[in-house]
Amino acid sequence: MPPRPRGPPLADLHFGDDQPTEAELAAIDAIVSPADAATVTETERVVRGGRIRRQGLRHLLLPVLHSLQHEIGWISPGGLNGAAKRLGVPPAEAYGVATFYELLRTTDPGHTNDAVHVCVDPSCALAGNEELRESLEASGAKVHNSPCLGQCERAPALFVQGVGRPDRVPADDDEDFRLPQAGDPGLRVLSRVGVVDSTSLDSYREHGGYQALASAIEMGPDAVISAISDSGLSGRGGAAFPTGIKWRAVADEPGPDKHVVANCDESEPGTFKDRILCEHDPFAVIESMTIAGLATGSPHGWIYIRGEYPRATARLEGAIAQARAAGLLGDDVAGSGQRFDIELRRGAGAYICGEETALFNSIEGFRGEPRNKPPFPTTHGLFNQPTAINNPETLINVLDIVTNGPDAYRSVGTERSPGTRLFCLSGRIGVPGLYEVPFGTTLGELIELAGGSVGSLAAVLLGGAAGVFVGSDALDMPLTLEDAREAGATLGSGVVTVFDDTVDMEAVVVRIAEFFRDESCGQCVPCRVGTQRQHEVLVELQGSGQALTPQRAELIDDMALAMVDASICGLGHTAASAVRSAIDLGLIGNSS
Amino acid sequence: MSPAVTETAVTIRVDGQEVAVPEGATILDACDAAGIDTPTICYGPTLTPVNVCRVCVVELDGSRALVPSCSRPAEEGMVVHTDSERVRHSRKMVIEFLATGVDVSQANELGQWAEHYGADPHRHVPGGETMNEPVRVQDNLYIRDYDKCVLCYRCVEACGDDAQHTYAISVAGRGFGARISTEFDVTLPDSACVYCGNCVAVCPTNALQFKTEFDLREEGDWRPEDQTVTQTVCSYCGVGCNLELHVQDNQIVKCTSPDDHDVTRGNLCIKGRFGWNYV
Repeated sequence: MPPRPRGPPLADLHFGDDQPTEAELAAIDAIVSPADAATVTETERVVRGGRIRRQGLRHLLLPVLHSLQHEIGWISPGGLNGAAKRLGVPPAEAYGVATFYELLRTTDPGHTNDAVHVCVDPSCALAGNEELRESLEASGAKVHNSPCLGQCERAPALFVQGVGRPDRVPADDDEDFRLPQAGDPGLRVLSRVGVVDSTSLDSYREHGGYQALASAIEMGPDAVISAISDSGLSGRGGAAFPTGIKWRAVADEPGPDKHVVANCDESEPGTFKDRILCEHDPFAVIESMTIAGLATGSPHGWIYIRGEYPRATARLEGAIAQARAAGLLGDDVAGSGQRFDIELRRGAGAYICGEETALFNSIEGFRGEPRNKPPFPTTHGLFNQPTAINNPETLINVLDIVTNGPDAYRSVGTERSPGTRLFCLSGRIGVPGLYEVPFGTTLGELIELAGGSVGSLAAVLLGGAAGVFVGSDALDMPLTLEDAREAGATLGSGVVTVFDDTVDMEAVVVRIAEFFRDESCGQCVPCRVGTQRQHEVLVELQGSGQALTPQRAELIDDMALAMVDASICGLGHTAASAVRSAIDLGLIGNSS
Repeated sequence: MSPAVTETAVTIRVDGQEVAVPEGATILDACDAAGIDTPTICYGPTLTPVNVCRVCVVELDGSRALVPSCSRPAEEGMVVHTDSERVRHSRKMVIEFLATGVDVSQANELGQWAEHYGADPHRHVPGGETMNEPVRVQDNLYIRDYDKCVLCYRCVEACGDDAQHTYAISVAGRGFGARISTEFDVTLPDSACVYCGNCVAVCPTNALQFKTEFDLREEGDWRPEDQTVTQTVCSYCGVGCNLELHVQDNQIVKCTSPDDHDVTRGNLCIKGRFGWNYV
């Protein structure tokens, strides 16, 4: 485990009269024992708090809140006070954090039943989420509407948040997992998925696991980063930043307090690739993070994973434990003499925490609000220290590059978009699921690979809610970064949601606007108010049955431009892109 | 670095003018130095910039999105535009957005900027969401009228790291539902609040008001034009905080301290801020 500095003395904080119950205390003890509590040094009652205390115990705030939510079913005033006191966090700030997340409740539900979450995003809406909700409600469950749960290939999605028992995804119970492309020799990132026993280090090794780490240790950090740079690998989360440049920047930073973070918080509606990678090839995530740690000289590894992914979480935790027991994590990684270990943190229902700086704040125990950039994470990341943050798809590509070299890596794909790319296909598609194709495959070829569209194709949402709608004229578009950019589109996180002409597209577009309204962190004005007003204007349009007036079209454009230009982070920058593309394609706003 | 250099300056170009500012200064500082007036809401001279309101954005050559001038350090050779079409548009929209959901009638200068940039809050969908919060009157010292709150974070900063280190309030909730709040919205007397009133001092929209001002406004008798301001030194202890006593009809109606005062930086404690009933 990374060291946990105690931080400066605890502020002279004020706590209200509410006391935690015994059960709440036990839930807090499970994360931080009373012996480790933040303390006040009586001779030195220095009042320090907020940002300065970021490296005390505060990074355990979200785990403690999770524990209370899980054991009690909500976070009561007494529970919050107990947590705040144990960690030395001002109660108002702890409340600000607790109210930030969908999976944490700060009002008494009046019962201790599990919380049942049903997805309301496009692929699940097409697959009968209403029927699912009705049948659950008929059986007495209180159903929460949830944004995308990352199970679009097996829609409609359901996630059960346990009270006093483990969280679960019912679809996990009876799954005999098989990739649609199982056995395809062209698979690189997915080569082990559905083949390897994801709970066994031995099985991982039998399928080539940990050869890349051995090669990386032999090559040395500089050669590893050079290979990554030469391969042309770019981030698979949406921004497509060159991975080699990112790693080099962190490696060049002095000092030992550096971090590698695996961003497993994919929440882009329509995305489920990282869930499948973490569930079915968890050791590959661990191994590639370890390579990143050794290459950048960062001893601290962190996994931040969606709270809605219980099985992926369990498998990653299992993989970490086995790797640690085998000496592949810890003070001397695989005999390299270098230290690297991994701590796992669960998100609690917030799309914005997939934004890298919001994710750092979330781990640190602050509200998941993005930071202004610059400074960038490579110099001021987690705990304001140099940080390399990548998602699992990007990381797993590293194994191939290190093992086979950049030239082999570049043998597929295009010059500017080398390698392969994962795509998450769902909606009106023959065989929904996760696909891996070389960059440059056309959108039409990809859809055909997945069994073709069901019904007459009307539109494809490319890149998720933060992406754009394209019509059937885009089927010839090669799926590369450069072609997408030229077409004013984006590959985003690899979402391909297919709609046929029976789908009520207005409802889909209004839902996307609602998604951004719900998921805006609320920090900056253009996004907080813009996403709200954008949704209102679309609801008005939907209800009117009229064509979009020039005044309303201008208003939508004006709002969009301000969100793109003046928002702090990518959420605001992209909150209008799907909406505007839908208007351009005539999916909404045409008089009908 | 040469030891002969006593002050490092960086030179940037703002709207075609060369401006030299000390290293560490922001683009906003450079704009000020160049005599260019910039609208601000969340920025306060005594507070760490949080760059959340985005009304001070400027166009920076080489940057895809606009940048907040209040927090972006000036770097040698930067080329900045403060009155381009994009800048005017985003500033207009920020003010317009705020005015659709919040009563900004008592926000200093915002009305003038709204006019300057042509913000039109009335073109949005009628009946849209607003803050819609009751006025919180929980004591005789100050009130919180969240219908005027633009979530600039200034009060949170003044209560926390930037001045008081009391941490009685935070932003709670998310998105349009975000509100400044104590834990579980407990009343101020039940919270950590020490009634220094430093949050009131930094509030740019009058969402936080002295109770005296609130009462006079309710009676329709708040007359800033008839008020005088008397400078004095607080008599409670030996620190020597400057007070500005705002007087209407021979009654003190509120008390502030100058932002640029060496001792207070605009801050006071409960005694200086509110303890003037004996006068």
